[in-house]
Amino acid sequence: MHSTQYTTVFILALTSIVALVLAGMFTVLKPIHDANEAIYNKKEILAAVDPAAENMSDDEVAKIFSTKVKQYVLNAKGEVVDAKTANGLLLKAEEIKMDKERKKPEEERVYPLYIYENADGANYIVSVYGKGLWDAIWGSVALKSDFSTVAGVAFGHKGETPGLGAEIKDNAAFKKSFIGTKILNAEGEFVSVEVKKGGAKDRVHQVDAISAATVTCDGVTDMLKEGISVYLPYFESLKKGK
Amino acid sequence: MADTAQVKAKEGTFAFGKKEKQLLSDPLNDNNPITIQVLGICSALAVTTLLEKALVMAIAVIFVIAFANLFTSLLRKSIPKEVRMIVQLIIIAFLVTVVELTLKAANYPIFKELSVFIGLIITNCIVMGRLEAFAMANRPWRSFLDGIGNGLGYGFILLIIAFFRELFGKGSLLGFKIIGATPEYIINTTAGWGQTFFGWYANNNLMVLPASAMFIVGVIIWIQRSKYPRLVDAS
Repeated sequence: MHSTQYTTVFILALTSIVALVLAGMFTVLKPIHDANEAIYNKKEILAAVDPAAENMSDDEVAKIFSTKVKQYVLNAKGEVVDAKTANGLLLKAEEIKMDKERKKPEEERVYPLYIYENADGANYIVSVYGKGLWDAIWGSVALKSDFSTVAGVAFGHKGETPGLGAEIKDNAAFKKSFIGTKILNAEGEFVSVEVKKGGAKDRVHQVDAISAATVTCDGVTDMLKEGISVYLPYFESLKKGK
Repeated sequence: MADTAQVKAKEGTFAFGKKEKQLLSDPLNDNNPITIQVLGICSALAVTTLLEKALVMAIAVIFVIAFANLFTSLLRKSIPKEVRMIVQLIIIAFLVTVVELTLKAANYPIFKELSVFIGLIITNCIVMGRLEAFAMANRPWRSFLDGIGNGLGYGFILLIIAFFRELFGKGSLLGFKIIGATPEYIINTTAGWGQTFFGWYANNNLMVLPASAMFIVGVIIWIQRSKYPRLVDAS
């Protein structure tokens, strides 16, 4: 039987030691964590245009990003802005956290836009963020320079069911089915691309949903509609500028 | 005084005799944490979709159990009985965070894949069970070996489950395509099947779902008990 005093001191000492060691470890490893995360996010963005990006080495991705990708920060009105980070530094598009932006009022949000020039011409890559069945889902959508035809998509998710909802990330055929669809209809109005349960009837604006993953697929539909729409004013201004 | 000195001397030895060997081999079959003690099932269902995930998880759990056992055993005489569970939890949580931080720095994509399940090692019943049942009453070296043994017993079953789930669910092993058509093949050609090894094989989606792990665990338990009848009703 130990005294209360002994118990208190023992627990305090143990927690202090543990906290110190963990805090030290965290501080030392933080730069590596940040670098890893940055490369991982860049791979997800490039994967929208080129699925092979997932298997590229870190150096290759960094090189493509610094030489072939231009990045801009857009405000809610679709204007390119020089946003500042909390430290007063210039905010880069790759540093924008979509989940944090969503917590801000709509007019204060900023959005990343990447222009990736490859053999097929310029790809305008937009970032979208939404909700799946269990948790957050996100993605990158690459549009061709007509600002309507989808050049490719890449999705990510926090915790969708493996084999069902998680297929939005793992199933290459699902992602491939987006290529060539159009987000604008013949009149030039925004209709987005729908993930259609029961099979796509209109191949231009719909793709087949994944069986038994209805909620996740509906989440993708909503995410695309909401996420792409904020970029439309910017695309309009580019079209006028031409 | 003489008695304590003797005990101290014994604690310092790293003998590896019959008893120590048994500590390592017992959890692999006779006292397997998953199939006999039926602990740690939740993570066995969750992280076994891919062999690589199961492998990383197994290594993480071996590390956590072994060192949690070691630290608890070293402190066992000074831990106040009233708060021993809290102390054990602090030790486990500490080691799990170490694993999490290390994995995040070493292999970020795998860290992302395993996401919450590394953190959930904290609640893995095997770890806490070994601390309570073994480390609180045994010397550090033996506790350490017991931890490694139980981690191996857990990891071994995990790898068996993951082997079947990845092979039949994704048609690959460790990411290399073994059976069935490749995704590139499905997308790029409209021609008939049969150009890849077992090209007619369509991935069984049930194997990707957690339920399949339950079936595989059940089959492993069945095979194990019909081979070793002494294990029947042992749990």
